[in-house]
Amino acid sequence: MQVIAKRPDSLTDLNFTYCPGCTHGISHRLIAEAIDELDLRNKMMGVAPVGCSVFAYKFFNFDMAEAAHGRAPAVATGMKRARPDMHVFTYQGDGDLAAIGTAEIVHAANRGENISIFFVNNAIYGMTGGQMAPTTLPGMKTSTSPYGRDEQDIGYPIAACELLDSLRAPYYIERVSLLSPQDIIKAKRAVLKALKYNKENRGFTFVEFVSTCPTNWGMTPLDAMKWAKENMYPFFPVKLFRDKGEEGGK
Amino acid sequence: MGEKVLMKGNEAVAEAAIRAGCRHYFAYPITPQSELIEYMSRMMPKAGGTFVQAESEIAAVNMVYGAAGCGKRVMTSSSSPGISLKMEGISYLAGAELPAVIVNVQRGGPGLGDIQPAQGDYFQATKGGGHGDYRMPVLAPSTVQEFADMADLAFELGDKYRTPVMILSDGLLGQMMEPVDFKPRKTEAEMEELDKQHFDWCIHPNQDEPNRHHHEINSLEIDPLILEKHVIHLGEKFDKIEANEVRYEEYKLTDDCEYLIVAFGTAARIAKSAIDELNVEGVKIGMIRPITVWPYPYEAIRNALTPKIKKILVTELNLGQMIEDVKLAVEGKVPVEFLGKVGGILFTPQEVKDKIKGM
Repeated sequence: MQVIAKRPDSLTDLNFTYCPGCTHGISHRLIAEAIDELDLRNKMMGVAPVGCSVFAYKFFNFDMAEAAHGRAPAVATGMKRARPDMHVFTYQGDGDLAAIGTAEIVHAANRGENISIFFVNNAIYGMTGGQMAPTTLPGMKTSTSPYGRDEQDIGYPIAACELLDSLRAPYYIERVSLLSPQDIIKAKRAVLKALKYNKENRGFTFVEFVSTCPTNWGMTPLDAMKWAKENMYPFFPVKLFRDKGEEGGK
Repeated sequence: MGEKVLMKGNEAVAEAAIRAGCRHYFAYPITPQSELIEYMSRMMPKAGGTFVQAESEIAAVNMVYGAAGCGKRVMTSSSSPGISLKMEGISYLAGAELPAVIVNVQRGGPGLGDIQPAQGDYFQATKGGGHGDYRMPVLAPSTVQEFADMADLAFELGDKYRTPVMILSDGLLGQMMEPVDFKPRKTEAEMEELDKQHFDWCIHPNQDEPNRHHHEINSLEIDPLILEKHVIHLGEKFDKIEANEVRYEEYKLTDDCEYLIVAFGTAARIAKSAIDELNVEGVKIGMIRPITVWPYPYEAIRNALTPKIKKILVTELNLGQMIEDVKLAVEGKVPVEFLGKVGGILFTPQEVKDKIKGM
């Protein structure tokens, strides 16, 4: 019998706890597939964040640590320094990475830590029930911006890739999206590249996924993808920011 | 080294930690502990270890969490305001049952306070500090030698009970120089044993071993019935530590003592000088010096309450914190008086003597 499709070895057989139509399942799977393809599972370790993906430590099938809110890059730093023979990634949402964990992500990137960061940006706090995120779009209504995000009062969305791209140390920074099958194929390539560089200990790698939150946006999954293309791309353009591997590894 | 070395407390505890097998150290500069982070930045690379100057005390303690999750002997250090920032991480270390050593070289507070020695973090260290239901062994040195020896003890206790352990020092012990006799550095073979001791739960390679479920370093349990079990398990562990790890020193304590001083750390040092002079003058006085301030030597204080004891004096470099534990031990049987200094000011032996004579 020929196996056509199966669960990646790097995922456990637990059912995801994500809402129907949520893109976390896709990004989990892309990371797990890439780890399998790179034959990294027995040397892999991951850090789960606080947010919707707080239980990611149960879903990935290798050693995992659950970090305090925003601290995943610091925890990953400690893990990689303690076990340089292994490889580590963090999986973080926009509140975790771009609000409470801003210092940790900027400084881990600035040190050029040998870690991969997978950043899920859906412009909202999902787990706590749809509050405003640092990446919430101007005018966007959330449970803590009930009249729409007023950029004159609370500022504009933070673009993490652009912020980190101002630093010299990072090795690879790319923003991809999960809004169509083609986008997902491209996202897979980015995940593979980040983890390949990680395997080779080349330095700090960062992949942002432009994602959706149908539940808290109050849309069907398909409408959410359409809305994200129209509204998120202007602030979060899909783009390769940096790839030192392509430039000859400088 | 085999012979005594004259060293600052901050450097001595760093050297002793390296000798005890600590190869990972993460911290942020703050006075009066900066000699410690500076010593580590010089010596850790030479010992083949990791030194990272973190972007904050919060990041440092979370780096500790990551390295401790990999089963390594790991340490961080700071002084009072920085320790407040580490409290989040200490709660997570306790919840996830990770061994780690945290050194607090206390200074005056609250807030930014000043940079002189103080003991104002006693409550924070011994009664919680971080959120949630946890306890943490807290060791209070009173000499540079003891400060250094506690590095080894703290790692041993941390590994034995899978718990963070704090060394509660202060700016005086951190800055002053005294002769120190170091234990030999752990051998390669001993380091290898240390590495393996936590393999049943920590992050490490060879995850392909059959039947090995992946390890989770975690303090989250969303099901209340499971969290209840976990916290009860923690409670049983704390009971064991209380039963087995109480440490204290009796100084000039005899059956005919009429006065008892209870003091820890730097305050106990000063009290010893006063007791020596008072004994010469014919005053019958001795001291109990808690070495572990958690678990606390309640029983030792209770046992010292002979019918001859008229009064107890508690001396601290704060407004009166440990005195609450002394009163718990004494249960109202004897009056307990207090002599304190705050703001980073020390009392003199003469002030202790005057207080005793006025009691």
